[in-house]
Amino acid sequence: MEAVQMRSITKWFGSLCALDHVDFSVREGEIHSLLGENGAGKSTLMNVLYGMLPCDEGEVLIHGKPAQIRHPSQAIELGIGMVHQHFMLTPVMTVTENVIVGGEPVNGPFVDYRSAVRQVQEMIDRYHFGIDANTKVQNLSVGEQQRVEILKALYRGANILILDEPTAVLTPQEVQELFAVLRDLKAAGKSIIIITHKLKETAAIADRVSVLRSGKMIDSGLEASRCSVNDLALMMVGRKVDLTFTRRSQCVGQVAFEVQNLNLAVKGVPVLKNLSLKVRKGQILGIAGIEGNGQTELIEVLTGLRRPDSAVILKDGKPFSGNASDFLTAGVGHIPEDRLSRGLVTPMSIEDNVILGYHRRPRFAGKGIRRSADIRAFADEKLAEFQIKAETVQTPCSALSGGNQQKVIVARVFSEDPDILIAAQPTRGVDVGAQEFIHNRLLDLRDEGKAIVLISADLDEVRRLSDRVAVIYDGRIVAENDHDVWDEMELGLLMTGGKGGVTA
Amino acid sequence: MKKNLAISRAALKNSSLVISAAAMVISMLISALIMAICGYNPFEAYSAILTGAFGSLRGIAQTLAQATPLIFTGLAFAFAKKASLINLGVEGQMYMGALGAALVGITDLGLPAIVHVPLAVLAGFLFGAAYAAIIGGLKVKFGSNEVVAGVMLNSIAGYFINYLLNGVLLAEGSSVAQTERVCQTARLPRIFSSYQVTIAVFLAVVVCIAVRWFISHTVLGYEIRSVGMNKKAAETAGIHISKALIVAMCVSGGIAGLAGANQVLGVDRRLISDFSPGYGFNGISVSALAADNPLGVILAGLIFGILRAGALELNRSTGIPVEFVDVIQAMVVIFVSAPLMIRHMGKLTRIFRKKPAGKEV
Repeated sequence: MEAVQMRSITKWFGSLCALDHVDFSVREGEIHSLLGENGAGKSTLMNVLYGMLPCDEGEVLIHGKPAQIRHPSQAIELGIGMVHQHFMLTPVMTVTENVIVGGEPVNGPFVDYRSAVRQVQEMIDRYHFGIDANTKVQNLSVGEQQRVEILKALYRGANILILDEPTAVLTPQEVQELFAVLRDLKAAGKSIIIITHKLKETAAIADRVSVLRSGKMIDSGLEASRCSVNDLALMMVGRKVDLTFTRRSQCVGQVAFEVQNLNLAVKGVPVLKNLSLKVRKGQILGIAGIEGNGQTELIEVLTGLRRPDSAVILKDGKPFSGNASDFLTAGVGHIPEDRLSRGLVTPMSIEDNVILGYHRRPRFAGKGIRRSADIRAFADEKLAEFQIKAETVQTPCSALSGGNQQKVIVARVFSEDPDILIAAQPTRGVDVGAQEFIHNRLLDLRDEGKAIVLISADLDEVRRLSDRVAVIYDGRIVAENDHDVWDEMELGLLMTGGKGGVTA
Repeated sequence: MKKNLAISRAALKNSSLVISAAAMVISMLISALIMAICGYNPFEAYSAILTGAFGSLRGIAQTLAQATPLIFTGLAFAFAKKASLINLGVEGQMYMGALGAALVGITDLGLPAIVHVPLAVLAGFLFGAAYAAIIGGLKVKFGSNEVVAGVMLNSIAGYFINYLLNGVLLAEGSSVAQTERVCQTARLPRIFSSYQVTIAVFLAVVVCIAVRWFISHTVLGYEIRSVGMNKKAAETAGIHISKALIVAMCVSGGIAGLAGANQVLGVDRRLISDFSPGYGFNGISVSALAADNPLGVILAGLIFGILRAGALELNRSTGIPVEFVDVIQAMVVIFVSAPLMIRHMGKLTRIFRKKPAGKEV
């Protein structure tokens, strides 16, 4: 029996066809992976199902009955629950309070908190969620918070669960725990839809797979066990991509950039504690870690945006300090971790953004006047070289996809031929094609003998590109070694501070 | 085909020009409605305004004279907005600019007009800029809100000038708070000898064009834009944010000062206490109607100039209160600052048009 049937769903955003006659169905009691790149229409399709977006054409059947879902409340009534990528929890309240909000059991005018705790704890035990209904959410790990979100959906009677990129924020260990939870839910007869672009996970957990590309359903309801990761990649991207490709450094040279005993406190709280690291010419140093362990502040120190309380920074063996402008001038390139806040002035055009930070260079300006023609020629050239998909260089960056926005930043940094590159989350939220492109450019730059510090929450990325891997936890580098010493699980453990620091 | 249409329609809908034009039309319609409700004839009112503004040489001169300070103050506000600063201190900066122009203007320097006039105008610019620098400095150094600082400094400028006008600068034998007349060599030439419009109206247009060029073609203009649209990205790019903010504030204040200089050197030919009927704040309306576009400010300033000039005729030839001009102006600001409202209105008209055509989807 089909739990969900979506027939010929079409959705226009202005002149853009986000979904083009998409058919999609999910059986009862299965885990179904909805695969596709960013911008392929996965979230749009699920938002239609959850009543957050009206569709222009098509019909939806829930358990065989036609349904008009115009609002999430109607979806909830039909037993559909959605767990968003960004959790919507109140940290200072308990698990129970977060779960029951909006559907509190009442006793006259009062909330019957005791019976609520009983109900919630019962659900936790039934599905082996392993949390305490009375704990405050702020004391839970990210993986546990996600389970609270799942509980919220279950509490409202969901038997069709939509999970939006559920593994994006989890460590490898937490991913395994999540998968165990999902298998329990499946055993209990729930239908689960996972929105994802991660192929490995799809292969690991899904019963069936549907692949969306540019708003079209490429293939729907494939048996996951019958397709290989490379088949799926081909369907998702539309051409052959090798996602396991890498190449290691052939010649590692002198130490190019070194930080010793870096200490930094923000508002009196120590964030970076006696942190030291060094990167050599022709080397990529990958820094793995769960977000919020001091990476943001480390990046800011390494690019001159923040002055540390104490530190020695050596560039080519010589002490170096200054502000962001000095760092850029000295050849320290920066791919910011958040392209929308630090990377781009999105309302401005591509040509204005592709010189940002280097706009005072003689080739772009003389005597305080911009060389508009030269800037345009330069931008045109970069548009072609970096395969940025935009009509003209006057297109505002806000009109570009995430991948193309990121390419603007990469084009900017690479054109200045930096000696040292601080690359933070260089491919976050970027489609597979752009990811492959950016990775290749990073490896090329390294092979030219440049030193790269790669800070990324994506463990696969760190493992694939890095020549050396360092693990940051609680503001310290807790372990550092060659790229092939630890496997994924060991790294995951180090990232959670689970294993004593090993440095070799 | 369908796609092309959709794109052009989307582009049209987002264009600030369309929004401004729609806001103008809607405001005039609603104001007409209000006039009708109050028992006045809106046709009579609008024709009086148009006659007042264009019906005679006098009207045209009056329109230009009214538009001149509005273009300056509108541009001052729009310029600060490029750095995402809300300069509510335009009024005060204009008064300080007037003071600067007056100090140079009433002093007989023994210079020819070709030097004395520009010098007095420059003094107006510098006094306005310096006064605005206080706001910029307070913001950058102490994190004060430029809106609050601007409003407070308006009062200070007003009282400070009144103090001077009742003391050291008071014209001999005058019973009103005003300075001596400015020297013949410091007066801005009038375009028509008997009307108040001066060559400053050309200066206003030139400054608008210059600002437009500055914003798009200089490094500093580029940095100011970057800071205005995304401070963090600008910081990451090594741009000196404090500098950009202070420069933006100073130029804005300087332009406001030019409005004061025009008043002193061209219109009143002396500094008079409380000379402004709210040019500073009307500049916000002008800038809003112009969607903060320096060239749009010229047009928007002229439109408000027409309304102001027409208001005089309105008062004289009909019994309709001139305050209706303020009503129109207020409506424009409301509609321009709520572009979504106009878009929704656009949608509504489409729905009405669609209904008889049936329910095909």
